[in-house]
Amino acid sequence: MGKTLFDKIWDSHVVSEIEGGPSVVYIDRHLVHEVTSPQAFAGIEKRGVPVFRPQNTVATPDHNVPTIDQHLPIKDALSKFQVDKLTENCERHGVDLYGLNHPYQGIVHVIGPQLGLTQPGMTIVCGDSHTSTHGAFGAVAFGIGTSEVEMVLATQCIMQPKPKKMRITVDGELGKGVTAKDIVLYIISKVTAGGGTGYFVEFAGSAIRGLSMEGRMTVCNMSIEMGARGGHIAPDETTFEYIKGRERAPQGEEFDKAVAKWKELKTDDDAVFDKEIVFDAADIEPMITYGTNPGMGAKIVSNIPSLTDIEDSEKASFEKSMNYMGFNAGDQLVGKPVDYVFVGSCTNGRIEDLREVAGFVKGKKKAENITAWIVPGSKQVEKMAQDEGIVEVLEEAGFKLRQPGCSACLAMNDDKIPEGKYAVSTSNRNFEGRQGPGSRTLLASPLTAAAVAVSGKIIDPRELL
Amino acid sequence: MAIDKFISFESSAVPLAIENVDTDQIIPARFLKATTRDGFGENLFRDWRFDKNNEPIKDFVLNDDTYTGKILVAGKNFGSGSSREHAAWAVHDYGFKVVVSSFFADIFRGNSLNNGLLPVQVSEEFLVKVFAEIDKDPNAQFKVDLENQQFTIVATGESTGFEISSYKKECLLNGFDDIDYLISIKDKIEAFEEARA
Repeated sequence: MGKTLFDKIWDSHVVSEIEGGPSVVYIDRHLVHEVTSPQAFAGIEKRGVPVFRPQNTVATPDHNVPTIDQHLPIKDALSKFQVDKLTENCERHGVDLYGLNHPYQGIVHVIGPQLGLTQPGMTIVCGDSHTSTHGAFGAVAFGIGTSEVEMVLATQCIMQPKPKKMRITVDGELGKGVTAKDIVLYIISKVTAGGGTGYFVEFAGSAIRGLSMEGRMTVCNMSIEMGARGGHIAPDETTFEYIKGRERAPQGEEFDKAVAKWKELKTDDDAVFDKEIVFDAADIEPMITYGTNPGMGAKIVSNIPSLTDIEDSEKASFEKSMNYMGFNAGDQLVGKPVDYVFVGSCTNGRIEDLREVAGFVKGKKKAENITAWIVPGSKQVEKMAQDEGIVEVLEEAGFKLRQPGCSACLAMNDDKIPEGKYAVSTSNRNFEGRQGPGSRTLLASPLTAAAVAVSGKIIDPRELL
Repeated sequence: MAIDKFISFESSAVPLAIENVDTDQIIPARFLKATTRDGFGENLFRDWRFDKNNEPIKDFVLNDDTYTGKILVAGKNFGSGSSREHAAWAVHDYGFKVVVSSFFADIFRGNSLNNGLLPVQVSEEFLVKVFAEIDKDPNAQFKVDLENQQFTIVATGESTGFEISSYKKECLLNGFDDIDYLISIKDKIEAFEEARA
């Protein structure tokens, strides 16, 4: 029987199997940020072991950093302490750090691909669930807890049972105004927020293959939002073209050799998945979420489900969610008022996202009732936005580009949506309080976010294209 | 650095009949700024437990003295979302030793097991029975038997098995920790590296 892409990568990284237990899996690339690593560094120090392979680990602060005045000391004492601690730990243990104000600093899942650290066939982990982003390159990448961060620091391995395998195929042509974010929000709305639990997902099909690397990253990024361990896409020419020439990628002859190997990374025709789901791209329209988990999404032009559409066992959770959001079952989504628009995060904070927003708002003006935060995913994205004139376009339309970080996606820094306010956000989670205590999040694509920022309310972006 | 040994026990349980309890509810991001593993129990379910003036919200179950015990019983897909181990630390630090649900998010399950917190996954039907039992008697006792992988409603004697790998079971019962194990096989890891090079 043939092997899936996942089998090929996973099996080649198994150091040993424990009877009746997990596999010991070797990790090629370990990404580290300030929030989930201090206890792990403290752990290895307490055990008296060094970082086993410091050259395979790269760190950057992102969750806690302010997105204005980054040249000044961080005001929040606890955030500053955590960011400083990362610097200290990296210095002490010989780990590469792209610190605050370094030209490569940024959200860990944006900088990895950008620097060529993310490569096909690798196992990649980070103490952050959106590590699944790197699967876009045909890697096996997933989030881990701090105990596992400590394992990787100490031994370059983790211990995990092999997940089941699922393939999600999206075939066909995407309609006008339908983007990678809409694909993944659509998939999650069908699979549900827990429907991928226990699986590692391969995304396939012509609609997926037609996406840019940025679009593929958006899709893989949110595979965790259906509960999947991670998601990935077989590498192809689009992938190799993206990696070519990046600083930490193989160069010259080495690159050609690597590509020859990477071309073998695909699921065999006769491989079998534990579960297969097929969607038609033509069924996908611009999406938005209305509830408090990413599975609660719908076409923008539709209504929130009515109570009769909800299963009895789920009614209480659904009503709790509607109550939190200040919505009623059956409400029309288009026309609902919005207060904030957030463009950024590891889901949609890349240069392509900023280009899309700038392309849309060019010659238009931001609605007066909207406060918009546009946050680049990294210093390099920020620089590209400056060099390409995106900053001017945004400013003419009444927007301002902030400085890179996770920002309002999880509101660990000061970028918090106030209680009761509605934010259309290009990020990945609409959990209660995710963007600040009492905040109400509606997840959507950068294009939809731009359309909402201009119109001041929920709108189908296709109306303005 | 061992974890606490898991000893089988009987206890009453705290019911949280909500589905998709995500990590941001278990421990909101703004409380992740600590650099040690301690004290997260204080902020467990922070925004459900306390209002914005830090006053306890009376109808939240952790503020209701009727319910106590070392077992948390929750709706399906418990622990979804972030990989933050702080969520498992918070549940454990608060005093829970076991979480019962009809299914757990993968990362939360792994994080729990690495900290001596046992996720007990039961069928949806059995979960309904557990909630019903607590509803009938807030002091209803439940028995967690890790060795035999059994979870029992003491009053009715109804019992269900639960899955755990034999390796992880040994770890919990003996207080072993994966990191010590991995350090002990470093030769193997080095040999693996050489073989691939």
